[in-house]
Amino acid sequence: MTLMFFMIHLVPGDPARIMLGPRATPEMIADISMRMGLDQPLVIQLMKFLGNILKGDLGVDVLSSRPVTEIVFGQLPYTLWLIFSAIFGAMLIGIPLGCYSALHRNTFADRVTGVISVACITAPSFVVALYSLLIFAVTLKWFPAIGAGEKGDFFDQATHLVLPAFAIGISWVGYLSRLVRASMLEVLGENHIRTARAYGLTEFTIVYRYALKIAILPTVTVIGVGMGFLISAAVLTEVVFARPGLGKLIIESITTRNYPVVMGSVFISTGLFVISTTISDLVNASLDPRIRDNL
Amino acid sequence: MKGVIKKISSDPLGLIGLCLVTLMVISALGAPIFAPYDPIQLNIMERLQGPSVNHLLGTDQLGRDLFSRVLFGGQVALKVAFLTIGLALIVGIVLGLIAGYGPAWLDNSIMLLFDTIRSVPTIMLALAAVTVVGPSITTVIFVVAVSSIPNYGRIVRTQTLTIKSKDFVKAEKLMGASLLRILSIHLLPNILGPLLILASMDIPTVIALEAGLSFLGMGVKPPTPSWGSILNDGFSLIRNTPWPIIAGSIPLVLATLGFTFLGESLRDLLDPKLRKLL
Repeated sequence: MTLMFFMIHLVPGDPARIMLGPRATPEMIADISMRMGLDQPLVIQLMKFLGNILKGDLGVDVLSSRPVTEIVFGQLPYTLWLIFSAIFGAMLIGIPLGCYSALHRNTFADRVTGVISVACITAPSFVVALYSLLIFAVTLKWFPAIGAGEKGDFFDQATHLVLPAFAIGISWVGYLSRLVRASMLEVLGENHIRTARAYGLTEFTIVYRYALKIAILPTVTVIGVGMGFLISAAVLTEVVFARPGLGKLIIESITTRNYPVVMGSVFISTGLFVISTTISDLVNASLDPRIRDNL
Repeated sequence: MKGVIKKISSDPLGLIGLCLVTLMVISALGAPIFAPYDPIQLNIMERLQGPSVNHLLGTDQLGRDLFSRVLFGGQVALKVAFLTIGLALIVGIVLGLIAGYGPAWLDNSIMLLFDTIRSVPTIMLALAAVTVVGPSITTVIFVVAVSSIPNYGRIVRTQTLTIKSKDFVKAEKLMGASLLRILSIHLLPNILGPLLILASMDIPTVIALEAGLSFLGMGVKPPTPSWGSILNDGFSLIRNTPWPIIAGSIPLVLATLGFTFLGESLRDLLDPKLRKLL
């Protein structure tokens, strides 16, 4: 955050002047400078800025004079819903797919799933978003194209969520299925699974009750660390579907050169990333007794 | 080299990857020869056409030939990918070597720097940089390079730490070899292999990022053709014609697929142990 602060302030040119554009009068520049506190020495500005962050204050939107925290947190739920439904859907499809691949290793079906998984991983989310918009919203008209749906109307919101979540989630389906396949293969070779087999338990119980419990651990870490990619994908997807959220907010504030809002959104999304990494570590610890005992 | 190509070709996915990548490199480098039209020449009379013999992929809203734009867009994608990864590799290697071989305080501060960079999502970093210095290819290259430095730096550091305590390095030290000699002749060659594989697998990510940023209007400036900006044109015309989206996405998807297949088969071939790491 301090880094960003310096980035904005050390670049040649007066931020207030850049913000107002070439036709600004000196009075307007002075006014904005004062409102942003730009007329004070840099060190004091930085101290004030960091102090305010600690107090939970991200500054004030220079255009509408609303607090940045209010604006960002107003948009955050949309992005969170999008990310969570995407990852939930991906887990619902990707994990069973990975188990299936692991159980039918080196068969034709496994190879096909493998290739499709790689194709899913590499497809950039905004390209998937554009195609799903083109096919399902514009041509077939199955789903609404833009927005997030009426407030309070759950069904309407859900239908608005389908395509964007699909666009973000599809690469995770591929990723998760490959990950689960690899760790499942490893787990299935271990002694306790052989013991379970010797007891005559059904294949279903062995795979889904015993093996999956261990095989799923890397997934948790990857999802936590992958939050950064999810946020990036959400930014692009929100723009494609004209959906309110952090991404759309940040793009709009960049075009209007609304620095405090840009910085606030970047700060919040970075915080989101850090928090999710921490949570995934904790979840991992609670799932894996080996790590739990080390904590 | 010949052996590597032969082995990659024996793996069907590797062969597909190799073909796609070759196709992309040739078409991008040969764009001035292959392109039937000037990619930025306007021709309003022929705007928004579907594919035809004259315009293989149709035209956009300003009548520019999409096929030519796609070819020249490949140049942008390749340039960004190679410059970015080259820059990130060089800085990552230097910082990683320093962190792994230098004193503990230096190691800690470099790791702190890496963690700081890694905690910001790449697109957010890019958008923040664009807000400040304005959109351009240079900004994209710089930002993506900076955000990938930690990936390489960390691997270099770990490898350096492992190799540093090996006997052959200790012996070299006793014989009075200079620091530079140890680092460049003994450590670097042992680290380079996995690093290059990792780098080749990062190419598709960088290409997709450039396209994404250009799609948002935060990458290359118009009228320079880029796959992302073609997609952006297509996005604004989505209710009129699907062709710009199709034209912009096909090369993008093929290129990312090609580099991924190639990178994976390269990894399996050269260093199967990495399979778990990456």
